[in-house]
Amino acid sequence: MGYTLNFAAVWRSFDLLLGGLLLSLELAAVALVIGAAIGLVVAFALAGGPAFLRRPAQLYVTVIRNLPILVLILFTYFALPQLGIRLDKNPSFVLTLAIYAGAYLAEVFRAGLLSVPRGVKEAGLAIGLTPMQIRTSLVVPLMIRNVLPSLSSTLISLFKDTSLAAAIAVPELTFEARKINVETFRVIEVWTVTSALYVVTCAVLAALMRLIERRLAIPK
Amino acid sequence: MTKPLLEMQGLRKQYGTVEVLKGVDCTMRQGEVISIIGSSGSGKTTMLRCINMLEEFQGGRILIDGEAIGYDEIAGVRRRKSEKEIARQRALTGMAFQQFNLFPHLSAAQNVMLGLIKVKKMSRDEARVVAEQWLGRVGLSARADHYPGQLSGGQQQRVAIARAIAMNPRLMLFDEVTSALDPELVGEVLQVIKGLAAEGMSMLLVTHEMRFAYEVSSRVIFMNQGVIVEQGDPKEMFLRPGTERLAEFLKSSSFQ
Repeated sequence: MGYTLNFAAVWRSFDLLLGGLLLSLELAAVALVIGAAIGLVVAFALAGGPAFLRRPAQLYVTVIRNLPILVLILFTYFALPQLGIRLDKNPSFVLTLAIYAGAYLAEVFRAGLLSVPRGVKEAGLAIGLTPMQIRTSLVVPLMIRNVLPSLSSTLISLFKDTSLAAAIAVPELTFEARKINVETFRVIEVWTVTSALYVVTCAVLAALMRLIERRLAIPK
Repeated sequence: MTKPLLEMQGLRKQYGTVEVLKGVDCTMRQGEVISIIGSSGSGKTTMLRCINMLEEFQGGRILIDGEAIGYDEIAGVRRRKSEKEIARQRALTGMAFQQFNLFPHLSAAQNVMLGLIKVKKMSRDEARVVAEQWLGRVGLSARADHYPGQLSGGQQQRVAIARAIAMNPRLMLFDEVTSALDPELVGEVLQVIKGLAAEGMSMLLVTHEMRFAYEVSSRVIFMNQGVIVEQGDPKEMFLRPGTERLAEFLKSSSFQ
């Protein structure tokens, strides 16, 4: 075992890793926003939408959830251009991650929608709210509170999944780490620091979500 | 003769093949307080819920101030009105539920304010004033900023009544509003309803509180198996039931 630890090379390129981490967070954030919008619409279709909306929604969730995300990433980036849909690698990856997250969030939100008591919706109807007002003022606020714990784990998975963007050379954290690895051969050091960055970031995200949970908690 | 506040003409309702309302006819004038009694499964609650379209109905008509509720009939074809139109019609009536159904994520005041802001298009400040006024009326001024989870059942039900009344409905519907309450909390809710009755609010109450129905109603309707069997002055009906069914029902209920 002739390996002596030397972190100097990693620290010299630390700004590259941080840049990569920042891009990872950006990718995850944009994918979360788009994915949540998709998930919400699909969840409403799944939970009591008319058949012509429910069927496609079910198909979407089934197909996407049964595909490995790496296959989906490669498909979007390499196969879609053959069909005339050409996207740069960052938008291509964000779109893929959003569609992937949308399918998982749809199931999370659907469970949340089912947990909203019928009586609450009826009380909304009884004072003259329209179905759309009931959704925005009652159902979604109550659903969000119910799903925050599972939303937190979905967000963390989403952030970790950005590492797969390295497969199509998106310069996020894992990609930058591999580059430094190749250039410096400080294998253990690079991957230790990178792992630490992932762990710390995920812990911070989880703490943030718990904070939001406490903020939104209904006083009892 | 003034136009009746509420008319039901041949109201029919079925769940699948089971008919729960088999042609209900009833007319109610402004200011009347009508209690609907009958054993469970007689169709009382379903009838109440048809009036604000929480239940669809397949036959007959419901009119409030002469306006047909829920459905249009054009050239013999019956069609459900638009959601927007039905929402507007629902606001003509206020409803209090057995399970209160408060919005759990909103404070007592916000519960009352939501409809005022979204339906009556009041500003937040105006709505707050109205909400505080009605919460005061039900004796809950000090609880305006409490959440439903911080209130007793009786207090929750009083907030729910304030929420409905604040919308200034033509008619209040009470659906077994004391059935889910602990016995010692029933009185405070009935007291609020009595107060509203004394002020001339038109009310339809589905209730199992026979003593209360006897005291507060201007008329009692007895339902059985989806039809109105008997109706009239409570003193008359409770003391001298005109049908065997009502006599049996009164005997089995707590009224003596």
